[in-house]
Amino acid sequence: MWRRFALINRLPAANFHPPLNLVMTAHPASTRAAAIPAGLSSEQLLEMYGFLRLTRTLEERLAALYRQTKVIGGLFRSLGQEGESVASAYALRRGPQPDVLSPLIRNLGAMLVMGAKPIEILRQYMAKETGPTRGREMNVHFNDLTLGYLGQISHLGDMVPVMAGITLTFKMRGEPRVGLVYVGDGATSTGAFHEGLNFAAVQRCPLVMIGEYNGYAYSTPPARQFAVRDLAEKARGYGIPAVTVDGNDVLAVYEATKLAVDRARVGKGVQFIEVKTYRRTGHAEHDDQSYVPPGEMEHWAASNDPVDRFVRALRDNDWVPARALDEVDTRVRDEVDRATDACLDDPLPAGESALGTVFAQPPSAEPLWYRAVTGPSPSHGAPNG
Amino acid sequence: MAETTFLEAIRQGMWEEMERDDRVFLLGEDIGAYGGAFKVTQGFLERFGDARVIDTPISEAAIVGAAAGAAHMGMRPVAEMQFIDFISCAYDMLTNYVATARYRAGLSTPIVVRGPCGGYVRGGPFHSQNPEAAFFHTPGLKIVYPATVRDAKGLIKAAIRDDDPVIFLEHKWLYRRIKDTLPTGDEEVPPLGVARVAREGQDLSIVTYGATVWKSLEAAAQLDQADGISVEVVDLRTLLPLDEDAIVATVKKTNKLLIVHEDTRTGGLAGEITARVNERAFEWLDGPIMRVTAHDVPLPYAPTLEDFVLPQTEDIVTAARWLAAY
Ligand SMILES: Cc1ncc(C[n+]2csc(CCOP(=O)(O)OP(=O)(O)O)c2C)c(N)n1
Ligand SMILES: [Mg+2]
Repeated sequence: MWRRFALINRLPAANFHPPLNLVMTAHPASTRAAAIPAGLSSEQLLEMYGFLRLTRTLEERLAALYRQTKVIGGLFRSLGQEGESVASAYALRRGPQPDVLSPLIRNLGAMLVMGAKPIEILRQYMAKETGPTRGREMNVHFNDLTLGYLGQISHLGDMVPVMAGITLTFKMRGEPRVGLVYVGDGATSTGAFHEGLNFAAVQRCPLVMIGEYNGYAYSTPPARQFAVRDLAEKARGYGIPAVTVDGNDVLAVYEATKLAVDRARVGKGVQFIEVKTYRRTGHAEHDDQSYVPPGEMEHWAASNDPVDRFVRALRDNDWVPARALDEVDTRVRDEVDRATDACLDDPLPAGESALGTVFAQPPSAEPLWYRAVTGPSPSHGAPNG
Repeated sequence: MAETTFLEAIRQGMWEEMERDDRVFLLGEDIGAYGGAFKVTQGFLERFGDARVIDTPISEAAIVGAAAGAAHMGMRPVAEMQFIDFISCAYDMLTNYVATARYRAGLSTPIVVRGPCGGYVRGGPFHSQNPEAAFFHTPGLKIVYPATVRDAKGLIKAAIRDDDPVIFLEHKWLYRRIKDTLPTGDEEVPPLGVARVAREGQDLSIVTYGATVWKSLEAAAQLDQADGISVEVVDLRTLLPLDEDAIVATVKKTNKLLIVHEDTRTGGLAGEITARVNERAFEWLDGPIMRVTAHDVPLPYAPTLEDFVLPQTEDIVTAARWLAAY
């Protein structure tokens, strides 16, 4: 099966203009009454659908809040890429001693799979005191290592070496746990990506990397980012087994990741999966995408939406009860509505709370002297004593 | 005459240098077709072509290193960091390779590394930094940090013409906030390393740079009106070389010094300035040298937190009033 995924590398040139029609449909929707692949159950398919729908609905809500200036700072979306985020994370172990993944700004779906709650995402984007970083960090930059996700920082590539260290620890302690790290096509140009990947490969860390080939890094297309055709080639250069899969085929991504995770878990070292997908929004909401050739986005929206394709596979094969999908949609809408209502009026953090926990000891930074000056009356001698 | 923004002034400065000198070229992420994250280089690709306006991979170390190599060969590269926060990825290249090149190897490295810096914009910890102190400590790098529209244009030109590597910091809070009329025709290119008196005063001096020049001017106006305190504001413009003479001159005039910067306190430039004044003008002081800076924490995202951490106009007023009464 490993070889089957590798086939995709022999498809014609992966140049994104005109849009790459890279649909190696591992699970053709037209095959009626096929068995559910990859050892998944009907319930699991529905659960995956729930995460896909939740990702999209939650981001739509965030976009609405952004337009109402309730979201502070920028808003990054994963429209068109929800499939690979959800499917790859779904291949990990959750629960006690979970596998650990490190998401990027477009991996909201992966965080939701690991157990991040919509209300946390909403609070974080709105910088609420009640949010997971109490207003200190933005968008999806937050962690819950007990659930199995480590928040990124903005500096691209930095999470790769960090995940090498997390998975090195799994290996040192003999824990049967696996790490998964996402990296964008653009971020594979950073030094940190190369150092981290090579380090992990040499140490045979139980790490799976998902390389997200989505056609753009901000405005820059892959051809201006690297001179190889596929990200998988970069990984192979470090001695890492690498495959390229259709990133908008949820089940193909799941299957490839599951296989990679299983291999990493039994000591076969770093595994690389390139997902070919497409970023259907601007880099962030402010970006007018003037650099995108006309028709490209529309093409992907109409013919290669990961959620649509998954739904079609579920319906055409009767893998889930007909009504079940609608029920998920309703439940997700309610959940997002309730989460929004529950936090919209939460307060912003109190200013002084900015000073806490720079270190374990001392527990707080000092407020500066000028904040302690009360009134205009002078005193001789320094105000701090 | 049309008003020019801070951002447009930088754009014009680079444009005119590229017209004037074909050794000047640009490199950076999304600077070509997209015109840069803040649109500072909009239209450059169309005018100068993709050989002189190079969209690069996301590789800050390579951007700076390649600029250095080209500069050794006689080119005048101007490298953009999409946000100056990402200059940390090129720290090794700048501090080890570029900064030492002339001293250890007699190599000329006339590069400009420029980018948007600074807070007050809800950018969170990785889109708000002021990295000057990290480079101030390294001999061999010049650091320019303009505060006015006129200086933005003049100093970017001076930086490009300078024979040494220059880090050019552009406060993004100023990009579209301040406007001025620029003289047409004869271009003004101020020298690097010369500060500017932004406001004359008698009772107390504020030495500052960047966005806090404007906050200090606002504070000075308030103190003048409400308290009759006459504040002199000195805008450093270039941080390295530091215009020690201008700092000493203002201290000798007002006998009191408040240093204001947006960067965090510990290891910030205020400490160095304090030491220099101590060495050269101690007897002229009628009060302690005081500083208003950011608190010593990473810059947080929520408006309430950011406002607390960064120095505000009210803080400068409070501190200056205290010092004036000393
Ligand atoms: C080291 C570094 N340089 C520059 C940036 C600015 N930046 C943020 S996202 C981005 C593009 C990322 O593209 P890619 O890795 O392909 O991820 P995508 O946005 O497509 O998901 C850039 C240049 C950054 N965050 N870090
Ligand atoms: Mg990308």
